[in-house]
Amino acid sequence: MKPSTKFLIGAVLIVGSVGFLIAQGVKETGVYFLTPTELAAKTTSDPTFYDVGLKLGAKVVPGSIKRIAAVQQVDFVVSDGAQQYPVTYRGIVPDTFTDANDIEVIVEGRLGRDGVFHATEVFAKCGSRYEAELDKAAKA
Amino acid sequence: MTLLGNFALWAALLFGIWGAALAFSNRWQDRPEVARSVTRSVYAVFAACAVASIALWKGIIAHDFNIEYVWAYTSRNLPSGYLFSAFWAGQKGSLLFWAVVLSLFAALAQAMTPRRYAPLMPYVAGVTSAVTVFFIAVMLFSGANPFERLPFTPADGRGLNPQLQNPGMMIHPPMLYLGYISITIPFAFAMAALLSRKLDTGWIHAMRRWMLVSWLFLGIGITLGMWWAYVELGWGGYWAWDPVENASLLPWLTMTAFLHSVMIQEKRGMLKRWNLSLVVGTFLLSIFGTFITRSGVIASVHSFTQSNVGYYFLAFLFLIAVGSYTLLYTRWPLLEADVELESMVSREAAFLFNNLLFVGIAFSVLWGTLFPILSEAVRGTKITVGPPFFNKVNVPLGLLLLALTGIGPLIAWRKASMQNLRRQFMLPVATGLVVAAVLAALGVRELAPLMTWGLAGFVGGTITQEFWRGTRARIRMYGESVPMALGRLVGRNRRRYGGYIVHLAMLVYFVAFAGMAFKVQREATLKPGESIELRSPFGYTYTFTHVGISQFKQLNRYVSAATVEVARDGKPDGRIISEKRQHFTINELGTEEASFEPSTEVGIRSGLREDVYIVFAGAVNGTEEAVYRFNINPLVWWVWAGGFILVFGGLITMWPGGGTLVTSRRSAEAGYWVELAAARAGTE
Repeated sequence: MKPSTKFLIGAVLIVGSVGFLIAQGVKETGVYFLTPTELAAKTTSDPTFYDVGLKLGAKVVPGSIKRIAAVQQVDFVVSDGAQQYPVTYRGIVPDTFTDANDIEVIVEGRLGRDGVFHATEVFAKCGSRYEAELDKAAKA
Repeated sequence: MTLLGNFALWAALLFGIWGAALAFSNRWQDRPEVARSVTRSVYAVFAACAVASIALWKGIIAHDFNIEYVWAYTSRNLPSGYLFSAFWAGQKGSLLFWAVVLSLFAALAQAMTPRRYAPLMPYVAGVTSAVTVFFIAVMLFSGANPFERLPFTPADGRGLNPQLQNPGMMIHPPMLYLGYISITIPFAFAMAALLSRKLDTGWIHAMRRWMLVSWLFLGIGITLGMWWAYVELGWGGYWAWDPVENASLLPWLTMTAFLHSVMIQEKRGMLKRWNLSLVVGTFLLSIFGTFITRSGVIASVHSFTQSNVGYYFLAFLFLIAVGSYTLLYTRWPLLEADVELESMVSREAAFLFNNLLFVGIAFSVLWGTLFPILSEAVRGTKITVGPPFFNKVNVPLGLLLLALTGIGPLIAWRKASMQNLRRQFMLPVATGLVVAAVLAALGVRELAPLMTWGLAGFVGGTITQEFWRGTRARIRMYGESVPMALGRLVGRNRRRYGGYIVHLAMLVYFVAFAGMAFKVQREATLKPGESIELRSPFGYTYTFTHVGISQFKQLNRYVSAATVEVARDGKPDGRIISEKRQHFTINELGTEEASFEPSTEVGIRSGLREDVYIVFAGAVNGTEEAVYRFNINPLVWWVWAGGFILVFGGLITMWPGGGTLVTSRRSAEAGYWVELAAARAGTE
């Protein structure tokens, strides 16, 4: 066999395993990223869609944050305007998670049969606030 | 100042367009005065950009809050060091920073490239000017002009985001930018080679050092980014596979692939097409990275200002991709390889596999980063992948790559004999096996870390053997002392031994990364005097006792500092303080006004074995009861050590003079003597 043919076989092996690892990885670790409305639609059309790992992207309803410091628990409600879900999280939330208006969060976890979203991960960012203020200032 | 700034930007735009148009018009062929005009336009663009930058800096230092950018990113009470870095804190300023640095690099490339590459230079100037023009045009025409004025003058600015008020933040972004920006120069040389059809290794020699500069800056930038994430973001780690982190890793991976495969082209005349594709791909990835960070198409912890600027970058990306790959396609027949691969067991083959792995890793990272968009486009639902995906894919690929780091330097070029293999591999393989066996005996049972550390032993064996044999040869041949022989060995073969030092850095990184598999973490709410225990992976038992919370005012912030008393195995081991900070600015009425959300200052005690990492997450209802997260992170110190070794090795490989130049001069002289002899033979 010519060395270049041998190399080609090796190359196909490497490219193949990269492809395999990617496909396998997506299959095993990929999670849905949904808005509350999409999640509600999912659970209506597929009643088994509970306790499935997913990410939920929405805004925190102002004033809904309750902190139970003794056990590092945070409860809040997220909404996309049309649909809302209560969320409960055990752990330390990032600094950007505040009671300010309009904080956008991505919560990762599972929707329980009790209708509460049990989050294992909370990411927050105050995306729009800053821009809006800039706009206001520019127009003033 | 804004008038001057705007004027300078327009001047830079016009000079740039002039230079690029002239360069691509080809009128400079055989007309040196036109070629000189192209070069001078590059200098003029730099001068104009420099004036614009000075104008912005003056505005920042003078607290001219009528300039929107100055108002948005600084305040009167901002410590002066951060006034300096506010230049690139926002999008508009970073665009200007990008333009001025690119024009500086473009000017340096014109001034410093040896005269023998003169036929390439006008094209190089054309490409660099075109890219600079793009950045200036984005500033002027997409509403991202840093010199925009507000209709009124606020009393104070908004201040700088507290997470950016960190010494690391003064150097992390510029390092990354320098890396991203300098990729333009190798790309310009590649385009110049294609346009001029001068496709021998000349363009590679002319730009190799630029590639190294870019690679090193990016490497430093990435490591500093890890450090910043670790000390500032407070989630307990240094790499989260965030889209923005991935975006900086991608070009670094393809560049590393290029730095290896280019050796095959220089030594054996193979892989010409592949190398050009890598240079173009690297440049595209750097623009892609800017697009990702600026457009907000993918959710990231880096909440940069989102705007339509990202879409300018997308269009630019598309334009360059089509343009450069079309050009490459038209020159395809000129890029035939000189020889074929001779054996699978050769340095060439090892490099080829190394390249496939680097590109494979880059592809998987790109795929995972873009997956939310791809899945939404194809299947209608957004599916995301996170750290588990990247680890699952990249741990096996990374281990293969680590193995190749040890194998590559041991295999001969062209074709390795059985004898050569036995002689070379015996010691390193034995080292690796011993390391793995010892660790397994000490109780390490997890497969991936065990394999990583075993392979690290193998690579370490390879590097040591290479240094030892080289040094021994010099001692035998020249009778030098050990330090002298070692010094000269590295000094005379900077590229090779500098490269080995970089390999050592990679080994140290891998060892440290594997350590994080053993990190432990615990959250607790403690009243003063209460404590918890945590057992570290090295077998120590830590006791953390909450002492109390103190509050005070410092510089531009209010601080709540929580103090923890640490004991290791029952013996007192000092105190660690973690802070919550609330920054403020002064408003029109002269009173203090809170700015931004509170930010956390992590308490870290770093050690060679493990870091104690304490996050004070807040007090309970204003009492002294505190919520904490305690982490024990093994081997983190070694990531930063790896960074220093990387810089050291990188500097050695690119230090001017040394091996390559001396040998090329010698071979040139030899050629001259041969010609002279032939001429004599002809006359006789």
